[in-house]
This record gives sequence, C-alpha cells and structure tokens, in this order.
Amino acid sequence: MIELPRSFADEIVEHARQERPNEACGLIAAKEGVPVRLIRMRNADQSPVTFRLDPKEQLRAFDEMDEQGWDLFAIYHSHTQTDAYPSPTDRRLAFYPEAAYLIVSLADPDGPVIRGFRILDHEVTEEDVRVG
Amino acid sequence: MPVRIKVPTLLRGHVGGQAQVEAEGGTLRELLADLESRYPGVTERIVTPEGGLHRFVNVYVNDEDARYLGALETEVGDGDTVAILPAVAGGSGSS
Repeated sequence: MIELPRSFADEIVEHARQERPNEACGLIAAKEGVPVRLIRMRNADQSPVTFRLDPKEQLRAFDEMDEQGWDLFAIYHSHTQTDAYPSPTDRRLAFYPEAAYLIVSLADPDGPVIRGFRILDHEVTEEDVRVG
Repeated sequence: MPVRIKVPTLLRGHVGGQAQVEAEGGTLRELLADLESRYPGVTERIVTPEGGLHRFVNVYVNDEDARYLGALETEVGDGDTVAILPAVAGGSGSS
C-alpha cells in the first residue's frame, strides 16, 4: 500500500499535463515513511517516450534529501499515450529498489490514472495507491 | 591516499551495507579497480565489460559529473569525494 497525499497526486497529474507531449518525472521524499516533499525534476531526454533525470540535478536532490534526513519514497513519471504500467524500458532501468515507482497515464486525458509498483531485478509488483 | 566513495543503496549489499567506503587510486579507473579487488562484483554495474562507464550510472567527483571531466580517467586524490548514483530513468518507449 502506497499512501499518497491528495496534493501530491494532484501535482503529479498537473506536472504530467504541463510537460505533455514529453514525459514528466520527479521524486517524492519521505520522513519516517511519510511523504513530505515532491520535487519536480527536469526530463533531460525531453522526450515523449523516455525520461532521465539530469545527473547534476539528481545529485542535488539526493544531497538535499540526505541533509534533511529524508528518504527516497517514490520516483514518478508519466506515460502520455500508454497505460500506467512499467514498460520494458522502465523495468530495465529501475535501479532504486527502495523506492516506489509511480506512473501516471494521460492516455485518457480526462481521466488520468496513477498506479504504483516496486521493481526489483526487472520484476514488477503492483502496490495499491491510496490517495487521501 | 584514500578517496571517499558514496555508495548507492543498490550496491550496498556488495560492501557489507556501508553507505561510504574508501579506496585508493590516482584515477577513477584505479579507484574502482581497488574497490573491486576488495568487494568483488561491486563495479559490475558501473564499468562495462569493455572498460567504459555504464550509460545509466552517474559518477561524480566532488559533485561534478565525471562524464564531463575525464570519465574513468578523471584524476582523483586525497580528500576528494566520489559519489555513485544509478540513473533515474525509464519511459514508455525504448531508450
């Protein structure tokens, strides 16, 4: 179960819509398991089908989390045309077993869908996302 | 002369759970070879079989992306800090 504050879920959708047609991406930091900060990140790929955090921006975000005593709670990104499910690329490039992977789909522009997963060694396990 | 290396969660299993380790070497390549000699397997995800930097791992020397320094030939020395962070990447299509 991934408990996501409503404001964070809303911001993920808003970010995804703003970045469209490109994929949006970002991080959610938590303190003692409770999400405290959503960090919008630049998609260095500037692509509708892939994303990658800018390496220096990533380091700054991770350092900030360390300094604040926060943990990486989730990594989010958008799929603009396809389901909110990890693609082969998502599975291959999932290097953070400690984080939840949140994917927002804009395939139905009027009904964005956020789903959550753990990805370990390319294996996907879905976790319910509870927004509230 | 030891260089401090920050180890990402993904690789801590190779180094007994430590978040930081020290290694010796005059370049990143030597540093990683020293690390590998003590913790076999730890650099598998960092250095390719051909001897380059893996595309989806970021290595920083004093907060600078090593790709824009000298990649694995970047010089390192006493007091430098090396950080290793797997890329955060993916997407609906092929990269």
